[in-house]
Amino acid sequence: MGMNRRDFLKRTAALAGTAVLSNNPRISADQTPVDIAARYGVLVDTTVCNGCRRCEWACNEWNKNPNLPIKLFDNKSVFNKTRRTHSATFTVVNRFINPKDLTPIYVKKQCMHCEDPACKSACFVDAFKKTEKGAVIYNAGVCVGCRYCMVACPFDIPAYEYYEPLNPRITKCTFCFDRISKEGGVPACVKICPTETLWFGKREELIHLAHERITNNPGKYIDHIYGEHEAGGTSWLYLSSVPFDRIGFRTDISKTPIPNLSKGFLFMTKVFEIVAAWPLVFGAFHVISKIRNQRNNHDAHSPEEKEGNHGKKP
Amino acid sequence: MMPIPLKKRKVTMERNPDSASWIQNKLFLGMTFPEYIKSNFTLPNAIAAIILIIAIPVMAYRFLFGLGPSTNLSDTNPWGIWIGVDVLCGIALAAGGLVIGTAYHLFGMKQYHHFVRPAILTSLLGYLFAVFGLLFDLGRYYRLPYPMVVSFGFSSIMFLIAWHFALYIMILFIEWSPALFEWFNQRKLREWFSKLAIWATVFGVIIAGGHQSALGALFLIAPGKLHPLWYSELLPLYFLLTAVVAGLTMVIFESTLTHRAFKRQLEDFNTAEFNRLTLGLGKASSAALFTYFFLKFFGIAHSHTWKYLTTPYGYWFLIEMLGFVLLPAFLFAYSVRYKKVRMARWTAFLAVTGVVLNRINTSIIAFNWNAAERYYPHWMEVTITVGIITMEVLAFRWIVNRMAILYDHPEYESSH
Repeated sequence: MGMNRRDFLKRTAALAGTAVLSNNPRISADQTPVDIAARYGVLVDTTVCNGCRRCEWACNEWNKNPNLPIKLFDNKSVFNKTRRTHSATFTVVNRFINPKDLTPIYVKKQCMHCEDPACKSACFVDAFKKTEKGAVIYNAGVCVGCRYCMVACPFDIPAYEYYEPLNPRITKCTFCFDRISKEGGVPACVKICPTETLWFGKREELIHLAHERITNNPGKYIDHIYGEHEAGGTSWLYLSSVPFDRIGFRTDISKTPIPNLSKGFLFMTKVFEIVAAWPLVFGAFHVISKIRNQRNNHDAHSPEEKEGNHGKKP
Repeated sequence: MMPIPLKKRKVTMERNPDSASWIQNKLFLGMTFPEYIKSNFTLPNAIAAIILIIAIPVMAYRFLFGLGPSTNLSDTNPWGIWIGVDVLCGIALAAGGLVIGTAYHLFGMKQYHHFVRPAILTSLLGYLFAVFGLLFDLGRYYRLPYPMVVSFGFSSIMFLIAWHFALYIMILFIEWSPALFEWFNQRKLREWFSKLAIWATVFGVIIAGGHQSALGALFLIAPGKLHPLWYSELLPLYFLLTAVVAGLTMVIFESTLTHRAFKRQLEDFNTAEFNRLTLGLGKASSAALFTYFFLKFFGIAHSHTWKYLTTPYGYWFLIEMLGFVLLPAFLFAYSVRYKKVRMARWTAFLAVTGVVLNRINTSIIAFNWNAAERYYPHWMEVTITVGIITMEVLAFRWIVNRMAILYDHPEYESSH
């Protein structure tokens, strides 16, 4: 198993190298220093996962979240209800039933690490960052705790330390950015996975690999890689044998990156504020000069008291 | 309210009082301290006291023990009534200063002169208490100024709102400050700030319009979470229009209440003129409500969401649109046509309720409509919100009782 993965990593690294050299138009056209081809991803093949939840254990372990002995993760009763991520739980595995043959399908859930993250655009103190390795990371040092990132996330991932009275943080999967930043490092969940469910590599290569799998295994997968285009694309990608809405995914998420939904408004407002400022300023000048003229006339002609219908203090 | 003998009120106008009587004159309304305390034993004060005796410890509890034990907020429902009511409703209902300030300063509608100061004060307090309410909601409330000084999230609509709130509170303070300096007898400062008022209004129009619409734009980011009947690309415009409605109708509502409550301050008060101006505000409200109503249905036609109208959410939407938008629009039109001022005042109350309902629908009831886990407020959340509103009313009354808000200060030429 380990051998396979290492080979796979080597192959992706080599291919990524050629991709960078081969003058990718997307990179050369874009002046930003972000090297999209260098971004990592994980491909999750939901047809393989056996629901052992070792990834949950490894995640808790690496992120120093409260953990249980690994044996207790064999307990299947947690699958009785669909779970989501919480403050001390960065990843969960949920069980769904395949409508075709009534076998279970296990689906790992964690931050999707969007290419253009909603949480980042929502944050008014810029606490989120899309790193060049692909991880979307959070900086608790500036967070004010407004929780708009939780409202914004289309995948309902960021969680909050509600029971932390003074220094609550947003919590979510970090893509083990500390591990993947090192040469040959892979996320803790990928490392421990005893099946071939999780594939870590360069995102573009993973998309290529996923399409290959769909073509090479007719009937096994539906022809859709979840995360290739959702919300403008995500670092984590999913393959499935059944439509994604059957295994807990939102299928109403458009291809538009979520930040674009507010970009238009921000742009329009700023333009409007600059343009509208001038007529208003000149209008104010006009009003002031009118008042001044009236006051001058008033002083010159009638010393009467100013008209007023409101009460006066005796 | 506290009845104050005329003789004693005259004392407040004496110049250069020595410090002891300054406190007596300015703070105790010309009464001695025991008299003042005695005058405060009234039924409304007793109710306010009971509310605050409960609310203040709850507020302290929230700050000490965090959001978890004091709210029903969750990872799925991160926003509750502190955002939906304290901020969204609070800011919409504080649009009176924007509306009246614009009408008076920029459109030159001088007849609305005596609506300006109460409206500005209502807005200033509305914003201050909205930010105060926001403190309870923010996990790290002590970092409130971070978006101004530490880290800037330029791509965030929240960032725009934070800056606009800060600027607009300063603007409202400038607009209100002549009353404050009259109270302190600072003639030079008062003149200087009076001259700034028109500029403050100009920038206030831009700033207030920007953030009223931005509050609606906050929800643009969550198309999958807000019910399709409420979600629209036009959300910013909807919020701006309803803020104008809220501003106009709150001025009717608030002036009705203050003229009743503070009647003694208005000696040569012209009822006929006041009624005529109230109907003028009703006319504008009617126009804004009709525009909003048609725009809202244009939005539904544009996004093809008609099918949702026959679902329970659709019925709820129709109650909001027909009962609290179209009905007040017609009632305002009717009361203006037949000069029914009483009806216009009740309609203002209906329309204000409608704006409150719209904000609660957008942020709470129609938000996460398809999520399994729904939110309803914790009793502590409700207590804190009620406590904040009580404090706001008390602050308003405290200022109106002491400063020249409802009348022109006799020693100063009208600043407008």
